[in-house]
Amino acid sequence: MIQPKISVQNVYYTYSSDGLEALKNVSLDIYPNEIFVLFGPARSGKSTLLRLFNRLSDLLEKGDYQGTILFNGRDVFEPGTDIAALRRRIGMVFAVPTPLPGSIRDNLTYGPRMAGISRSELPDRVERSLRLAALWDEVKDRLDESAFALSGGQKQRLCIARSLTLEPEVLILDNPTSGLDPLSTSMVEETLHELKQRYTIIVVPHSVQQAARVATRAAFMLNGELIELNDAGQLFVHPQDKRTEDYVTGRFG
Amino acid sequence: MKRQHTQKLAVGLITAAAALVVLPIILVIVFLLVKGIGAISWEFLTAAPRNGMKDGGIMPAILGTVILSMGTSLVCIPLALGAAIYLAEYSTESRLTRWVRLAIVNLAGIPSIVYGLFGLGAFVLFLDMGTSIIAGSLTLGIMTLPVVISTAEEAIRAVPREFRIVSQSLGATRWQTIRHQVLPHAIPGIITGIILGLSRAAGETAPILFTVAAFYLPNLPQSASDQTMALPYHLYVIATQVPGMPLSVQYGTALVLLLLVLSLTLVATLIRTRMRRNRDW
Repeated sequence: MIQPKISVQNVYYTYSSDGLEALKNVSLDIYPNEIFVLFGPARSGKSTLLRLFNRLSDLLEKGDYQGTILFNGRDVFEPGTDIAALRRRIGMVFAVPTPLPGSIRDNLTYGPRMAGISRSELPDRVERSLRLAALWDEVKDRLDESAFALSGGQKQRLCIARSLTLEPEVLILDNPTSGLDPLSTSMVEETLHELKQRYTIIVVPHSVQQAARVATRAAFMLNGELIELNDAGQLFVHPQDKRTEDYVTGRFG
Repeated sequence: MKRQHTQKLAVGLITAAAALVVLPIILVIVFLLVKGIGAISWEFLTAAPRNGMKDGGIMPAILGTVILSMGTSLVCIPLALGAAIYLAEYSTESRLTRWVRLAIVNLAGIPSIVYGLFGLGAFVLFLDMGTSIIAGSLTLGIMTLPVVISTAEEAIRAVPREFRIVSQSLGATRWQTIRHQVLPHAIPGIITGIILGLSRAAGETAPILFTVAAFYLPNLPQSASDQTMALPYHLYVIATQVPGMPLSVQYGTALVLLLLVLSLTLVATLIRTRMRRNRDW
């Protein structure tokens, strides 16, 4: 049996600010080299769950967390966890593409430089990541231009490439195509399929259609509960739960 | 119709109020220029006072003010920057934070003469530094802390939160994030705050009165434990303590002090606009 990359076991999360129970007894396993899609209506707990994986939740909000999240079999909330190292191994791409101020190259070398990776290795990493994110041909001659000069779709692929420079094991993309046009969206989706060969991909999709297009396996969440989890071929074609069926067929959401 | 009249009247009054704010500074500059420009010469700027300070120049006082400004920076910048980073990045709603904020607000409200007396008691007498550049710098440095801390904290907070989140999501530690993403973008605001604080320190008389300033020194200061002359105190002395002092020398000294302070402010403004233009977010 394959060991799960990430294992979520009976996780509860309640926000301190408004008492919202964002996660209610969620358990699921995510395996290497799959595109795991987490979908559901707004405020169903998807982002809350993802941010716990690399402890980005520490920065963003206060809340009461219970349960266990294992990454490669180790509890990410174990005291003494090297959080910076954890975040290097579980990369994250956000809904709004956010370049850091500076050139395209600065953006791509930032993570490795902070990790103390030697300068001689940086050009290789920059090129490899840009190729993986399908952006190399578009920017190879303008690496020293401001990252803010890129188009929205290019910025998002830059953010993907930027996460890849750290050669993470898991890449989380939280609604990565929310602001993108259809062409850029399809480029990002193609990129995801390429990346699956090497990484574990977790995606919160923009729509049910996108979920069905990219997923290997998918999990449907509603009001903080995991409703249904199955192979994409099953879940989108023969959903077992009435609520999943209603959402997938567009009756609500 | 009537509403439009009210509108016009209101706009007129508001504009007049704004214009009135500019008027005093222009009047002061023009007045000092007209009365003091005649006294300014190469000798006035580069020579020591002679003949009971009625002749010669004010170079020791200019130099003293420059030295004190540098001393003030040395005291103020590390402390203020540390405090600002703590308040903006690390502080939680703790008792320490509340005390620090309370201290800053109170430091800002203390009259400058009280700083002078504090400096006399704490540095000159208790710590036995004597009236010296180091005692004066410490006094001015503490006086300058609140404005520098406040502007620096504001500048640090103004850096978008997204940069911090992205930086840490890329595996940077909190300190690396501050060092590489936050401070570089906060620097223009921080520098502005430092220069504004310094320009105030450069012009103050009361804090240096008992801690460092000398009425007249035949020689330039040789070390940090020496006294020094300084422009604001020199101006006070020649305006009130020396009988028969030519008016033009007084106006000339005031003009030099004003120009020094104004040029510091101008530099601050230039740095800010330049760096704002260069940033791409």
